[in-house]
Amino acid sequence: MAFEDLNSFFDMGGYGLYVWLSFGASALSLLILWLDSFFSKRTLLTQVLKEQARQTRIKAAAEKNNNGETT
Amino acid sequence: MWKWLHPYAKTERTYHLCQKLLPWFSLLGLAVILFASFWGLAFAPADYQQSDAYRIIYVHVPSAVLSKSLYITMAVSAFIGLVWQVKTSFMAMMALAPIGAMVTFVSLITGAAWGKPMWGTWWEWDARLTSQLILLFLFLGVISLYKAFEDKQQAGKAAGVMAVVGIINLPIIHYSVEWWNTLHQGATILKLGKPSMPAEMLWPLLLSILGWVIVCGAIFLLRMQNEILQREIRRPWVVALANKSSTLNEGK
Repeated sequence: MAFEDLNSFFDMGGYGLYVWLSFGASALSLLILWLDSFFSKRTLLTQVLKEQARQTRIKAAAEKNNNGETT
Repeated sequence: MWKWLHPYAKTERTYHLCQKLLPWFSLLGLAVILFASFWGLAFAPADYQQSDAYRIIYVHVPSAVLSKSLYITMAVSAFIGLVWQVKTSFMAMMALAPIGAMVTFVSLITGAAWGKPMWGTWWEWDARLTSQLILLFLFLGVISLYKAFEDKQQAGKAAGVMAVVGIINLPIIHYSVEWWNTLHQGATILKLGKPSMPAEMLWPLLLSILGWVIVCGAIFLLRMQNEILQREIRRPWVVALANKSSTLNEGK
């Protein structure tokens, strides 16, 4: 361990602000991008289902129309 | 090689390959990046000149290294897409661009946070810093150019050309510290002869580079899947997959 106690670890020899700013910004950026990717995947999968439901509705409506015309 | 690569031009295979690799990349990446950061922050010795401020290197160098290698990867996949009309390579390009933009942004932020205590300024219009900023704009340019087109085949071509042309910036970034007088120091690891760093500082650095690579790999796999889903939203296999995953979620 390069530090004697937790306080000197957070202090980083007086450079605490800069060191923790860098590590914080990195962690935050990675996390945000990962969360964005993760939730877009979920959204896309539900979107696929919605699109499928829409297609079946369109098909059903078209068939209904067709039947109406023929009979 | 082409024969081996060919099946992955089919999006369904690629999607499932990504799915298989994803948990490994995520867990391993998280473990390595946490371990290496902790090592670099708490156990590596302090620098004789910069004391503890140098520890920023453990996020600055990985992000900077990745920003350049991700750009090369993106440009290569753009080139493959342009020349051989491989659809998946444009998807790879678009999956890589946001990750590249993110690591470039991180390298700029951490560079600023390192520059303030060491050079006395957050930002300077210096060769290395400016060329890195241009790299960020190139990534953002590729993303926005792709989004500007309604027809995604057209969009891939336009953004691909931009990605390929932008590669001219990479040697400029790399040699900026030699060609111009700059605040930024020269290369530490990638140079002829021994790296100018003791082993107990170098090892956590190499490990954190590896950690960043794996984590970005995991994000790439996820984003690649998203690109595939977006483009193939009406394909039967995608619909079947969505149905399967929704029933799985209901079961939980």
